[in-house]
Amino acid sequence: MIAVELVKLIRRPRTWVAVGLLCLLPAVVAVFLATTRIAPPPGQGAAFLSAVLQSGSLYPAAALALVLPLFLPIAVAVVAGDAVAGESSQGTLRYLLVRPVRRTSLLVAKLVSVVVFVVGSVVAVAGTSYVVGVSLFGAGDPVAVVRALPEVTGGGDDAVAGTGPAAPAGGGGQVGSSDAASGGQAGATRPGADTGDGAVVADDQAARERAQASVSSLSGEALSPADLAARLLGAMGYVTVSMLGVAAIALFLSTVTASSLGATLGALAALVTSQVLVSLDAAAAVTPYLPTRYWLAWVDFFRDPIFLRDITAGLWLQAGYVVVLMLAAWANFTTKDVTS
Amino acid sequence: MSAGNGTTQRIGARRDPGRLVIETRRLTKRYGAHTAVDDVDLHVAEGARYGFLGPNGSGKTTMVRMLLGLVYATRGEITVLGRPVPSRVAEVLPEIGAMVEGPAAYPHLSGRTNLALLDAAGPRRDRDGRRRRDRVEEVLERVGLGAIDRRPVRAYSLGMRQRLGLAGALLNRPRLLVLDEPTNGLDPHGIREVRDLLLELNAAGTTVFLSSHLLAEIEALCTTVGVVDRGRLVLEDDLDAVRGPTGRLVVRTPDPDAAARVLGSAVAERQDHTLVVEAAPGGPPALARHLVEHGVPLDGLVEQRRSLEDVVVALTGPGSDTSRASRRNGARP
Repeated sequence: MIAVELVKLIRRPRTWVAVGLLCLLPAVVAVFLATTRIAPPPGQGAAFLSAVLQSGSLYPAAALALVLPLFLPIAVAVVAGDAVAGESSQGTLRYLLVRPVRRTSLLVAKLVSVVVFVVGSVVAVAGTSYVVGVSLFGAGDPVAVVRALPEVTGGGDDAVAGTGPAAPAGGGGQVGSSDAASGGQAGATRPGADTGDGAVVADDQAARERAQASVSSLSGEALSPADLAARLLGAMGYVTVSMLGVAAIALFLSTVTASSLGATLGALAALVTSQVLVSLDAAAAVTPYLPTRYWLAWVDFFRDPIFLRDITAGLWLQAGYVVVLMLAAWANFTTKDVTS
Repeated sequence: MSAGNGTTQRIGARRDPGRLVIETRRLTKRYGAHTAVDDVDLHVAEGARYGFLGPNGSGKTTMVRMLLGLVYATRGEITVLGRPVPSRVAEVLPEIGAMVEGPAAYPHLSGRTNLALLDAAGPRRDRDGRRRRDRVEEVLERVGLGAIDRRPVRAYSLGMRQRLGLAGALLNRPRLLVLDEPTNGLDPHGIREVRDLLLELNAAGTTVFLSSHLLAEIEALCTTVGVVDRGRLVLEDDLDAVRGPTGRLVVRTPDPDAAARVLGSAVAERQDHTLVVEAAPGGPPALARHLVEHGVPLDGLVEQRRSLEDVVVALTGPGSDTSRASRRNGARP
């Protein structure tokens, strides 16, 4: 059944349109950047965008940052939301079930196909943007890039300059709402003030950027190609896992309603709500449990050393969402009347 | 005859049903306050061509879905091919071919690809690479789609989709075919082809369970009929028994007044030149002699037989349209 679902995924034009659009957006941005050489100041715009002018080999990271907030979740919600509801409204669900395909197998196959779509999309975005990045910006020295890593904005991302490397040790025992509290505190620090480390920046432009805006000056080694590749793979894996949470929400809703659109919009509504609450101080009590809370933690793969606390928390959180929602989807789907 | 008396009518003598491939006991399905299927005892004998007849919204489709384990019963038991449904439906379904509420396919794929995917989704023990392609070709050939090209199903006519759905139902060489309105959208030629195909399959031992709101379709194909009205099975019997003689004679005469005078109280109904007369001892010959002796000219004289239509109309009763409309809305929430 899994093979059948994969064939259906591959032979569906929509799949390729979605992947194509996901790859197109970073490419368009890259063309503008390469033509004008006007990068957004660090700390504004998507993470890494200011940095790619020095090294195109980091463009995959910038591309992930571009598609992560909107494009990728939408694509995943569309595919996952359609998984069961689409079959249902099309009438093919009843024919699959009487073929027979057991309901549990069908749900597992759908989940696998959605996971393949997510992995495929992330890989496609990273792959095309690497090619685009290197060909437009050259494969410069990514060390400057890492040093020029902009401060991540948003309510809870607390790895500011200076506290970054120390935080894993100091905050190791802290979980839950204390994270959010320290996040708020850290967010109040003006990161731009802390520029007095020994970062060597070869390029004028990077220096100008550093002077202009918030630059997290993490002390670190130069990134070897292997190291960069490993960090990129880590980031890609983390983004994939983050998207699995979205997929689980949409897939669950897809078993509830017979309308693909309903399931997709429901999942997106959940994400928008989560995004709003994450940035709302009054919602601090629930912030650590919101699905989008640790979405941006993949940036931490490009800190030196890699800042694992949020990444770990994000992985656990997404795993929780996936397990709970898939159990709910299973319980609902295996007991419901198929009347479509 | 009242439709709501809770009992299923058998007009002819209750025959030994033989081995049953479908049996339900007190099967009931409620959607909220609405009862879609109400206390149905269904008996489908092996080798039969069973026509499940009822107007749209009478619970036919819900019934079919329960037999296939798609919808779960509120109450009652179902046995299909000797095994309880839905608890062991997975063992039964590989021996069933089904079409429920019209065909469905992935519109962007060709009919052939659709069938190949459906076939590959089936139980593992059915599959053996090369045979799968043969099987798909075989069923396409059987339903008259052997020459279809690579066009996507999106471009198919309703009749072609219907044939494709039927092909899908034949994939696992079923012992039991459960077909919901299989001739929908077919032209007369196509209807004839499908009917011949079903007769051929039935002759080879496949039991056919066919639901329809079209009386003529069931009358033309089936050996047994079950009539459902507002969720209740109001009649279940062999078609021959249903269409048996009524014990009355139909007299056609150019002088109906004279005939009525001669026959007096034996006339049950009278319409223009036709009189329906209670049969007297001696049957048609005696009546004919009696009329001729009294100078009544005769155009014809035959035994009255029930038509399926008469039986169904009598059983389902008048005035069900308004309530049926509201029930239909509740049938599929």
